[in-house]
Amino acid sequence: MALLQISEPGMSAEPHQHRLAAGIDLGTTNSLVATVRNGIAVCLPDETGRSSLPSVVRYLADGRVEVGHDAAAAHARDPRNTIISVKRFMGRGLKDVAHVESMPYDFADTDGMVRLRTVQGVKSPVEISAEILKVLGRRAEASLGGPLAGVVITVPAYFDDAQRQATKDAARLAGLDVLRLLNEPTAAAVAYGLDNASEGVYAVYDLGGGTFDLSILKLSRGVFEVMATNGDSALGGDDFDHRLFCWMLDKTRISPPSSEDARRLQRKAREAKELLTACEEAPIHVELGSGEVVDLVIGREEFASITEHLVRKTLAPMRKVLRDAGLSPEEVKGVVMVGGATRMPHIQRSVAEFFGQEPLNNLDPDKVVALGAALQANILAGNRRADDDWLLLDVIPLSLGLETMGGLVEKVIPRNSTLPIARAQEFTTYKDGQTAMAFHVVQGERELVSDCRSLARFELRGIPPMVAGAARIRVTFQVDADGLLSVSAREMSSGVEASVMVKPSYGLSDDEIAGMLRDGMTHAGEDMNARALREQQVEADRLIEAIEAALAEDAELLDAAERAAIDQSVAALRALRQGQDHRAIKQGMDALSRVTDAFAERRMDKSIRTALTGQKVDEIQV
Amino acid sequence: MSIDLQQDFFALFGLPRAYRIDEAALESAYHELHARVHPDRHAHLPDADKRRAMQWATQVNEAFATLRKPLSRAQYLLTLAGVDAGLETNTAMSAEFLMEQMEWREGVEEAREAGDETALTHLHQRLRNHAREVFDGLAEQIDTRHDLAAAAETVRRLMFIEKLQHEIDDALEALES
Repeated sequence: MALLQISEPGMSAEPHQHRLAAGIDLGTTNSLVATVRNGIAVCLPDETGRSSLPSVVRYLADGRVEVGHDAAAAHARDPRNTIISVKRFMGRGLKDVAHVESMPYDFADTDGMVRLRTVQGVKSPVEISAEILKVLGRRAEASLGGPLAGVVITVPAYFDDAQRQATKDAARLAGLDVLRLLNEPTAAAVAYGLDNASEGVYAVYDLGGGTFDLSILKLSRGVFEVMATNGDSALGGDDFDHRLFCWMLDKTRISPPSSEDARRLQRKAREAKELLTACEEAPIHVELGSGEVVDLVIGREEFASITEHLVRKTLAPMRKVLRDAGLSPEEVKGVVMVGGATRMPHIQRSVAEFFGQEPLNNLDPDKVVALGAALQANILAGNRRADDDWLLLDVIPLSLGLETMGGLVEKVIPRNSTLPIARAQEFTTYKDGQTAMAFHVVQGERELVSDCRSLARFELRGIPPMVAGAARIRVTFQVDADGLLSVSAREMSSGVEASVMVKPSYGLSDDEIAGMLRDGMTHAGEDMNARALREQQVEADRLIEAIEAALAEDAELLDAAERAAIDQSVAALRALRQGQDHRAIKQGMDALSRVTDAFAERRMDKSIRTALTGQKVDEIQV
Repeated sequence: MSIDLQQDFFALFGLPRAYRIDEAALESAYHELHARVHPDRHAHLPDADKRRAMQWATQVNEAFATLRKPLSRAQYLLTLAGVDAGLETNTAMSAEFLMEQMEWREGVEEAREAGDETALTHLHQRLRNHAREVFDGLAEQIDTRHDLAAAAETVRRLMFIEKLQHEIDDALEALES
């Protein structure tokens, strides 16, 4: 594949400065961590050789937390304190979660995100996910032999802002530096595309344990460009298990099972589903705590027919994503299958029918997402090599809008816009002397606010008093490369920066996160100050290193006085870095950033001019 | 000479300011700019660099989105020339156009109410062909004859067609779900 051949700031000049990075697939049922070794992405196993970590967390009365296989083994015994599929709760309220009635948890009665009462107190999905991330982070550090510079964590492409923010918060609680949240189908496309040197338009059909994504990507000369994405963030293999579980209850007419029995039956349902991938029929034999015995056999065709409505639920997103990309099924060159649930024969069949071609199954559907994340993490950490020059352009999956009069949604950023993106909208006051305004941000495609996801409410304060309609308040929505929204506002006629207070509808506030971090620290016996100091020292080193590299490359962009000022600030920061005051280091970094601002701007300009000049040279050669 | 965020989108991609555009050149300039400015290229750098990269990449995306689509490209050219193509400020539309508009609308309304997917798909197709013809006129008006007043009317026509296409899409989507 012909790749872009240009040197640029992200390229590592010295190969021995390898930064340790990992990709994490934080799945509904299983999670994995992978890294790049000698240019090849590999999943990292635990000490017993198993790569995949069940996404199960158990809180024990003695204060211990079990994660993975041990927790999974205890889940029928201790269902209330053993949380499975926590991903389904991320950034979600209780009323959004399906099958709550058949879950064995003790849900706390709160607004906003779901909370669970456990033997160790009330836990949010963010804290529970952080336990999984901690285990994977430790596994990577043990395997790589040093602290991680950063991680890439994958999320379903169809995750909304609240679900993404919750994932990032979980990483923060786990003490991981997130380089990027990467969409799962995009990660798979990277692993697949780089592996097969593919060019053209590909679809990625990703049916995981609890989420479904369908993305269309254009692969050309090392650029992976997402054209459109669609999906259902509450549809996955779990739902097939649940359907089979209901079928079992129905067939045997047993009375409502206890939590323990329900877990046993659910596990049997999953085993039977998996067996049907290879066999025409699967026996189901369970002895319940109540003494009753379940003895059934399910055939492949019957399973296909009782879950047909679930398969059909994946068809509507397929049609929508093609319409958004402006394509017909024949224009898709290949369909990459991702996620364990795509092993089901009737899924394979319906995808083949829809696209009129056999889907591509030559990658391990359980591992491909983690491998793609590792490749991305390696590049983002700054370990780019000249032959490694590829780029991802991803999109926002769901439109962002504001509530207007009458509960209607005014779209501000349309779905499938390439990230990062910003849009500004102007508003005015409707009363004389009005100094504040309230906004409600929603995400979704429907016209009514009540049919969309509420993301946040925020207030603008400090608008200078004027007559009604005279103020011009410009509100800017910025969505970054992680797909996360931030909002800023300014009154245009006076130039006053209005303050924005965002109250997330389904997230945790910064104070809550800080509180959890503090609790975690006390628990681990760590000192907050020591941690802050270490973080600032690392950040200061990073800044000094980046500036020295820039000076080595582009010193000619500075005059003598500018150079002297920068050198002085670098020396000052170096001195502060040796001290013990993390606040002083932060101030030193801010000062250095200010002094180098113009320099950075000039370097970016130079880089862009080089890109354009390079392109003109190409044109002449053609 | 510095390239600043305020320069026009054509200059940003090193393209001549015209309606007819070399799509391959636009795409390759877009990719090459992103190879420099995209946040992924700056993820290992300090926060100030990350912020700047986000602003640049946002600008590059905005520029590409504007130039890639013929209608937004034409609107942008008119804005650069100081011509306002906004519907609300200019209601002087030809009677012929208004008639045509009504006919299309009635067609879509009927098909929607009847829940007729085939008719909606057919209308969509016809509208797309119609739009293609109108776009050809735009190239002539802007690049060859420099008749921006006429181009502004064509742009308004196309805005109407695009809105109608979105309505058909929405109707089709509603039928599917």
